[in-house]
Amino acid sequence: MNRSSAASGTFRQRMRRALADDGLQQAMSRAKGGFVDKRRDAAAAVPEFDQMCDASKDIKDHVLAHLDLYLEMYEQKVLENGGQVHWARTGEEASHLIAQLCKRAGAGLVTKGKSMVSEEINLNETLEEAGIKVIETDLGEYIVQLASEKPSHIIAPAVHKTRDQITELFYRHHRPLGYHERVTERKEIVSEARSVLRERFVSADVGITGANFLVAETGSSVIVTNEGNGDLTSCLPRMQIVVAGIEKLIPSLEDLSALLRVLARSATGQEMSAYTSLYSGPRRDEDPEGPEEYHVVLLDNGRSGMLGGVYRSMLRCIRCGACLNHCPVYTAIGGHAYGWVYPGPMGSVLTPLMRGFDTEFDLPNACTLNGVCKTICPVKIPLPDLLRQHRVEQHRRKLTSSASRVLLAIWAYLVRRPRFYQAVVALPVWLLHRLGRERGVLKRLPLAAGWTRSRDFPSPAARTFQRQWREKIRSRE
Amino acid sequence: MDDSSGREDNLDTNSAPATVGFFVTCVVDLLRPAVGFAAIRLLEDAGCRVIVPRSQACCGQPAYNSGDEWTSIGIARQVIAVFERFDYVVVPSGSCAGMIREHYPRLFAADLEWLERACRLATKTFELTQFLVEVLKVEKVDSAFKGTCTYHDSCSGLRELGVREQPRKLLSAVAGLELEEMKEADTCCGFGGLFCVKYPEISTQMVANKADDATRTGADTLLGGDLGCLLNIAGYLRRTDSPIRVFHIAEVLAGMADDSGIGEQEDAT
Repeated sequence: MNRSSAASGTFRQRMRRALADDGLQQAMSRAKGGFVDKRRDAAAAVPEFDQMCDASKDIKDHVLAHLDLYLEMYEQKVLENGGQVHWARTGEEASHLIAQLCKRAGAGLVTKGKSMVSEEINLNETLEEAGIKVIETDLGEYIVQLASEKPSHIIAPAVHKTRDQITELFYRHHRPLGYHERVTERKEIVSEARSVLRERFVSADVGITGANFLVAETGSSVIVTNEGNGDLTSCLPRMQIVVAGIEKLIPSLEDLSALLRVLARSATGQEMSAYTSLYSGPRRDEDPEGPEEYHVVLLDNGRSGMLGGVYRSMLRCIRCGACLNHCPVYTAIGGHAYGWVYPGPMGSVLTPLMRGFDTEFDLPNACTLNGVCKTICPVKIPLPDLLRQHRVEQHRRKLTSSASRVLLAIWAYLVRRPRFYQAVVALPVWLLHRLGRERGVLKRLPLAAGWTRSRDFPSPAARTFQRQWREKIRSRE
Repeated sequence: MDDSSGREDNLDTNSAPATVGFFVTCVVDLLRPAVGFAAIRLLEDAGCRVIVPRSQACCGQPAYNSGDEWTSIGIARQVIAVFERFDYVVVPSGSCAGMIREHYPRLFAADLEWLERACRLATKTFELTQFLVEVLKVEKVDSAFKGTCTYHDSCSGLRELGVREQPRKLLSAVAGLELEEMKEADTCCGFGGLFCVKYPEISTQMVANKADDATRTGADTLLGGDLGCLLNIAGYLRRTDSPIRVFHIAEVLAGMADDSGIGEQEDAT
């Protein structure tokens, strides 16, 4: 399924397509158990895991309370190290800024490490419009790029793809490069991707990565990968560009080690990711290699607006993806159904904040508030509470349908007058009881077709509990 | 409209010290009164004096989860006023008990007087199995059930109140009952209040997964502590002609699971 069809239409259309997509369903059901089990085992292996999470939360809270200070400290350090820092208020500003830098470097080919922020700012499209070829180097991201799609998961971009689909993609795109065999085994797939990408690494002019963390005391940007593609993207080209949200700041290397310990365990169930790399500036005179220019683009795009309000805790997010993996809605419909860069619980909180409440009505509502995301979040973001807060916002702005508001108002009128309510419900309860008496269930129900299309509705008893209870009391007296 | 006088509560059961205000929940009231009677039997057998205030309808979750804070506050005030005079408030639902315990206090962040009243009510409000095990220290139940059961952990009870071991402990005391755990017993069944009618396709996939997991245990009965989830699961099981029966845990513990299960044809009685 390509990008235009998987990501187009309304939330409901995308969700229905996802539920009917056999490949996606197969891939998702295979992936979800693995993520959940690995994280559980990794967390259980460290008795103090919960305290580590608390400490991580405290670090992020501290930074958010003094963000201006740490941003300036970080900028100062990067400048001292010989790099440059650029500030971008919006996604558009950031992507154009990066395109300018690439053009100035005379870039024809750009390699990229996986970066969700670059997706957020539509970087690939902007670069391509500027005539620059972009190659994704993270295997998953490379796969979705070949498929002309967007990542469906923030750490496993191609989680929605089956291996057969990947085999076909590679066959189609690599055959012109001289790869004539279909690769079907995981190992062969990885090694073919590696050999195709290696060419690109050495010929790229600019390398662009995101950052998992920005360390204020050293001016370092930190990325963790399992493929090493981040290092090849960063070190080989003439120019290195790091793009990151301003909430990625942390004070020190000490804090970094605390956060790395919970990040990998929460994300993939590893103790540490295979590669953890720190970049602090361009090549120094004594360095044998490294980029000649080093740029950091710091993106706001709505983040500073979240700092002072009820959504501040969302800025603690370290993008581990655990809330996606544990969310029964995400695992049922996959990431593309969410319609933008960030899916799952964290995406349902972020997307309306970044793109507006008016256009993203369904995201906060397509959630059962089951709360599992809140319990596994390594920085303890109260995701269900924030989603409920979105609903408060929607209600306040009257974005809910007028039919639902009227029904809610009638219901509220009744339940706030319990005796009247009890008198009113008696007849409908009795009627439903009569209708369903023979089978014990109702096959159809007015106003609840959504229920009865796939489920029977257990029919009620003839009289409500309150009525029966009053009679019982009377008979006892 | 706000009837908090409690003058209708002239029920004189026994002279046990703990007076329990029973919060019926709207789904039990409207759809399965048997759960209410079973819960009250358990509480009375354990020595409580149970009072069911008539001035109650719903805890307010439909409004609260729809973002309607104003209505939620109105309902919360009413529930607080009616129930705050009891020693304890017991609810046969983790979700409604969680609403009172966890969420009522949040509604009054800017209203100190009501915040205090909400917090006081919160500390004495319990989900049924939690109350039986943690407060009343019930270890024996006078009940027998022939069959293999599997237990669905409802989300709010589990994650807001920590209800996991309590129901299992009580079930282990039921003569003849075998418990066979299902995979992902603590994964949401897809009910989610209004979610199940707003996003029925996703909800259906989730309840189908739940039904599969339950079926794979070979259990003949599925139990749970929240009627909302049970209606959803039973509704799906009935539609797919599954032989698995569904009861609220209170019905089994009170020895009242001889009659028809949720969504089954009523007995001739």
